[in-house]
Amino acid sequence: MLRFILGRLISLSLSLIVASLVIFTVIEVIPGDPAAFMLGLNADEATVQALRADLGLDGSNAQRYLAWIAGMVQGDFGTSYTYRVPVAELVADRLWVSLPLAVLSLILSTVIAFPVGLMAAANRGRAADYGIMGGTQLGIAIPNFWFGMLLVLVFAVNLRWFSAGGFPGWETPLLALKSLLLPSVALALPQAAILARVMRSALIETLAQDYMRTARAKGLSRRQALLRHALRNALIPVLTIIGLQFSFLLAGAIIIENVFFLPGLGRLIFQGITQRDLVVVESVTMLLVFAVIVVTFLVDIAYAIADPRLRRRV
Amino acid sequence: MKRLPVPLIFGAALSSVFLTMALLSFVWTPHDVEQLVIANRLQSSSAEFWLGTDQFGRDLLSMLMVGARVSLAVALVAVGIGVAIGVPLGLAAAATRGSLLDELIMRGNDLIFAFPSLVIAILITAVFGPSAFNAIIAIGIFNIPVFARVARGGALSLWTLDYILAARVAGKGKARISAEHILPNIANLLIVQATIQFSLGILAEAALSYVGLSVQPPTPSWGRMLADAQTMIYTHPMLAVLPGLAIVLMVLGLNLMGDGLRDMLDPRLRRVRQ
Repeated sequence: MLRFILGRLISLSLSLIVASLVIFTVIEVIPGDPAAFMLGLNADEATVQALRADLGLDGSNAQRYLAWIAGMVQGDFGTSYTYRVPVAELVADRLWVSLPLAVLSLILSTVIAFPVGLMAAANRGRAADYGIMGGTQLGIAIPNFWFGMLLVLVFAVNLRWFSAGGFPGWETPLLALKSLLLPSVALALPQAAILARVMRSALIETLAQDYMRTARAKGLSRRQALLRHALRNALIPVLTIIGLQFSFLLAGAIIIENVFFLPGLGRLIFQGITQRDLVVVESVTMLLVFAVIVVTFLVDIAYAIADPRLRRRV
Repeated sequence: MKRLPVPLIFGAALSSVFLTMALLSFVWTPHDVEQLVIANRLQSSSAEFWLGTDQFGRDLLSMLMVGARVSLAVALVAVGIGVAIGVPLGLAAAATRGSLLDELIMRGNDLIFAFPSLVIAILITAVFGPSAFNAIIAIGIFNIPVFARVARGGALSLWTLDYILAARVAGKGKARISAEHILPNIANLLIVQATIQFSLGILAEAALSYVGLSVQPPTPSWGRMLADAQTMIYTHPMLAVLPGLAIVLMVLGLNLMGDGLRDMLDPRLRRVRQ
């Protein structure tokens, strides 16, 4: 197990290094002079010079890369050019919107997908199964941001149960949760459709195993056998997908935040792009990639704990 | 000839509706989509404007037609990139199974998978500016590891078969065997995967153009139409409903087609699924 974790740790650090190199190259090396890029065509030379010094652009690429990494390790993400505040502060604020949004969606999609997938597998080949599979087919085809707009149309414009967007802040926790509800439903439902399909096929595969026949033979009802034996064994592929979905949800939140005008990381990135604030774009993308890579790592480990057979496959 | 699967027929029919719309838009649209006629703004559906007009007086049906073209073209080229680069990589990895090359290719794949695709698209457009071309690159990059994986997986099992051994004994090199014997035999897998990636590509393009990172105005796209409609949602909800519906139906059609193709081309999978 230790060897497995070590192997995974090495590939985790490799991924992080390559990812940071890619991001650094795209943001700082390819545009030539980031300071001139950020200020646009009409900037005068003195301002560009000042910003160049400000950003520490005088060093070589290698020096700047190392300084960037060293800074991030210590929690220094640079200073936003447009906001004039440390990027770490901006990120910390926004994280309290994006992270709860992603977590809430993950919970929702799991809570929806489990019973639905279970029901489809238990009724395989019958009307309920076909109905559910048709529904998930539709769920997969719906873009989450459009679904969000439809939710706004129904629940905010017509029924007026929710506000159409915005975020009141966590000082009023209930209101904050309420404003995250529609966006997380929008994010969660298409994901739930995928998860329910994985759940169904994993269960069906398990149901065909010999030990399921044994379970029935020793007198368990279909229902008991399904819940006690099949469900546990079908969980492994389902867990993997849930782990992968978290990173997808975190990235998907970027789009959904635009639909609901939520001040999250996604909005921060887009503001960074329109204002050519490369410091913000660079650090926030690195943070997102970091989160995704670490989550994938944790899923791998969880996976190996759940199924010892997988540990050998380093 | 055995009966075609129902999803395949249904999906193909749905997809061809949009394909026809897209192709037709090259030669004819009911109205000019780039000309803003404010006098015609926000009309409801009529004999002249079948689906009505948007807040700039553009005909919604014409915009949906050109949007179908944009979305299909971006997704198609992105799939092309994935196939053209991913499949040879996957074949090479399988042919040199266990070697450093194989390891390198597969690790590279993992690495791309680790990136959230949207973040990469954002990164690319942050520096190179938003355009359909950059959207294609951003979506295409993520198709590479998918096809590499499918090709490698399919090829690995073939390499153990007798007829491949016979080809080796006959003196054919690995590259030639891959091209002449492996590739035709994994074509089924690749076609099915291409359909799936195609529909994912359409969803990705819609998301990118919704946030303004794909094709630029005045060329309409489904995602941009949705973004424009967002401010009008209180008064003219149909503007937001129709483009979304187009995306859903197009993606649904492609997914059903993929499922049907898989059932038809790979009876083995069908048995597992049932």
